[in-house]
Amino acid sequence: MNALDLVEKQQLRTDIPEFRPGDTIKVHVKIKEGDKERIQVFEGICIAQKHGGARETFTVRKMSFGHGVERIFPLHSKVIDKIEIVRSGRVRRAKLYYMRALRGKAARIKEVKAAQ
Amino acid sequence: MITGLLGKKVGMTQLLADDGTVIPVTVIQAGPCVVVQKKTKQKDGYDAVQLGLVEFVKPKRVTKPMTGHFKKSNVAPARFVREVGVQGEDGANPGDKVMVNIFNTDELVHVVGTSKGRGFAGFVKRHHFRGGRATHGSMFHRAPGSIGSSAYPSRVLKGMRMAGHLGNARVTVQNLRVARVDQDNNLLFVRGAVPGPAGGYVVVEKSGR
Repeated sequence: MNALDLVEKQQLRTDIPEFRPGDTIKVHVKIKEGDKERIQVFEGICIAQKHGGARETFTVRKMSFGHGVERIFPLHSKVIDKIEIVRSGRVRRAKLYYMRALRGKAARIKEVKAAQ
Repeated sequence: MITGLLGKKVGMTQLLADDGTVIPVTVIQAGPCVVVQKKTKQKDGYDAVQLGLVEFVKPKRVTKPMTGHFKKSNVAPARFVREVGVQGEDGANPGDKVMVNIFNTDELVHVVGTSKGRGFAGFVKRHHFRGGRATHGSMFHRAPGSIGSSAYPSRVLKGMRMAGHLGNARVTVQNLRVARVDQDNNLLFVRGAVPGPAGGYVVVEKSGR
């Protein structure tokens, strides 16, 4: 095996559920304050997944008090406590950057039924 | 103690730390190396060891003089042979193996490699000249501009930065931090970038000698 794959493989997390762009997810993030640690939940739509291997990241977008907020998380990072999938959406592309221009009713994503 | 090691650049990746920080690292296949020759103060005027990177080489690819040189110390022929320094008195003898464990995590190292060749490169790429405006009829795009005065000195000064060959030269990057040492796979993780392409040969030396 390629030495790089070997290195990346050691860092991969297996406890993270599979999700795709369009899905609404809850990301439980570990936050360190001094020597105390607490969990903060960031809920929003996954609008992009990038890179691969240990370097994989995903972007979560949510509306917070009328402002769009996006956070990019490294998928295999240890700051992520867990990820919950709230609903999976039906989308036709891999990068949902068009969501940035949409507000309110237009910014909805159709839900895909769990039959799949 | 031998203070350097030969290796091959594998490529770059990221290490994910427990606190969530992402460390950019270059992975180097470092060693195992074998001592080919020992240089001593009495005989050569300085103390050093000549290392060879342990790798399979077809015997016919090794020149006859080098075959004899390897035979003298009874080691297998190596493609990449370089000298590294030694510190203090110790019994590094020809034939001894040198492994990555000479490095520790958080240590600073210098990495010497051969940069990627860029061929004949212009001013902008080679010396970071700004070049001129692309549009609005500027008529001055990627040219160097003036390279000197007229009657005096009537010549171009030596060392004037001009277009020419770029890259494929020996480059040392100093004080890179060792992020991790993987003894089982002979891998050295160095924070930051290292000169040369993936697969290029590099020399890693302890800094502050």
